[in-house]
Amino acid sequence: MQITKQDVEKVATLARLHVTESEKAAFAKQLSEILAHVEQLSRYDTSGVEPTATVMGQVNVFRDDVVRPSLPTEKALANAPEREGDGFCVPKIIEER
Amino acid sequence: MSIHKLSLCELQKKFSAGEVSAVEIVRAYALRIGQVEPKVKAFVTQVTDAASAQAEALDRQLKGWRKTKPLTGMPLAIKDNLCTEGVATTCSSRMLQHFVPPYDATVVAKLREQDYILLGKTNLDEFAMGSSTENSAFGPSRNPWDLHRVPGGSSGGSAAAVAADECVAALGSDTGGSIRQPAAFCGVVGLKPTYGRVSRYGLVAFASSLDQIGPITKDVRDAAFMLNTIAGHDPMDSTSADRPVPDYMKALAKKDLKKVRVGVPREFFAEGLDPDVAHAVTAAIEELKQLGAEIKEIQLPRTDAAVAVYYVLATAEASSNLARFDGVKFGLRAKETKDLLDVYMKTRQEGFGPEVKRRIMLGTYVLSAGYYDAYYGKAQAVRTLVCQDFAAAFKQVDVIVTPATPTPAFKLGEKSEDPLQMYLSDIFTISVNLAGLPAIALPCGLSRGGLPIGMQLIGRAFEEETILRAAHAYEQATQWHLKKPVIR
Repeated sequence: MQITKQDVEKVATLARLHVTESEKAAFAKQLSEILAHVEQLSRYDTSGVEPTATVMGQVNVFRDDVVRPSLPTEKALANAPEREGDGFCVPKIIEER
Repeated sequence: MSIHKLSLCELQKKFSAGEVSAVEIVRAYALRIGQVEPKVKAFVTQVTDAASAQAEALDRQLKGWRKTKPLTGMPLAIKDNLCTEGVATTCSSRMLQHFVPPYDATVVAKLREQDYILLGKTNLDEFAMGSSTENSAFGPSRNPWDLHRVPGGSSGGSAAAVAADECVAALGSDTGGSIRQPAAFCGVVGLKPTYGRVSRYGLVAFASSLDQIGPITKDVRDAAFMLNTIAGHDPMDSTSADRPVPDYMKALAKKDLKKVRVGVPREFFAEGLDPDVAHAVTAAIEELKQLGAEIKEIQLPRTDAAVAVYYVLATAEASSNLARFDGVKFGLRAKETKDLLDVYMKTRQEGFGPEVKRRIMLGTYVLSAGYYDAYYGKAQAVRTLVCQDFAAAFKQVDVIVTPATPTPAFKLGEKSEDPLQMYLSDIFTISVNLAGLPAIALPCGLSRGGLPIGMQLIGRAFEEETILRAAHAYEQATQWHLKKPVIR
């Protein structure tokens, strides 16, 4: 699989990652090489093989819905890049018309 | 007596008997760290001042009434992707450079309940993505055996700190070999427990179906001792196993390997294996035989698929897990942004290093529309085949022995320009994570150039006792663990 600069741009947007021009070229080359290695998986016949998402066969784990103490507001906000009152502050999301 | 040369179990015995105080322990380690840390660079954050204060309080508290828990007063180092309340947890990333967790990881809470002493947080490849610590945003750690070589990764800081006697034991995490590979490179013991044996709560997630926390120690006995404390079910991690925790120290009682069947997978001794490593591991297998083990050749035919499966699944999970780093609630936020989307894009551009970005890109790609089945679905199916290989092998044998790494520690910079070559250095450890099995790496020789060589013992799920017993019997018979680096 040959990854193009356009592919890199599309994936970077999906990943919410700003990439520079030099990164685009480097990622296109490196991702192509890594995916070429991954192509070898097509050698294995997996028809009828169940996929493995987790090895221990866990099922849903439930608990009673009871009120428990949670992180106090001040502690939760202590690492905030920007806060306003008791909330996290971000740039305005809704544009003015 | 040099305190910093003692093993965890030796130090614990002296401390619980009152022969050495917590203050003396911390003073000895602070001195040692002061001497060798400028060369080894194992730590991201040192907290020896806080450790001194804690030691004084502990000695006062224990005066006249000496009742200690297993890790009371024991000076440990913790990989910097495990949350420590009040102490910065950076994941060796600019993204979390100033992040101070508001809570402890469950493993850290368990140590704290026993009044352990934290000496510092150890360096890693950024977000545990790498095999050399060269992907750390704060610079690489050095291998104490040769400062021009890497300590391995991603738990390279923890392994280097233990090897350089900068702590008595350490915690690491292992997603594709990140405990075992650096342990092998640094000539110490690294144990990756069964997936689910140790709670992952408070471990900054990389690949959630593969990550597992484990100890890095000076010998096998210490690894069993640490596992006793950190293993067990945790309601805060729904993937942690709700099953009893045995006393792992009891597994060490048998000194021979009678009735233990040890499998040697021929796929792990193929071309590309360094001759010194092949020689040392072959000699180790002969030693296991002398100890009474029955040696059988086995096959793990899908071994060569493991690296490809891993780099699809681990990056897919990582791209999802690292979506949380968006500059909103914690961590870095880029300045000079025009809207919220710009905050996300620029924060991630500035906060992540090249390897983390590469993996996010790869993971996003294999999960994207049109490629999901061809890559992610296919890799999950081949993962099943890798698990089936192990299941078939463990019908014939109780333990599988392999080299821990294809070569001894490589030089700084040797592989950093070639991601695929770096990935292939984990070829012997990765399949174990895919199958969720327990495995231990331990020293089994030195190369002609004087570098440590490690072997890996793999066990059935939740049979840590079997690999600990085999590793301990081998260690007692050969004493490779007593070799120490000269740091220069």
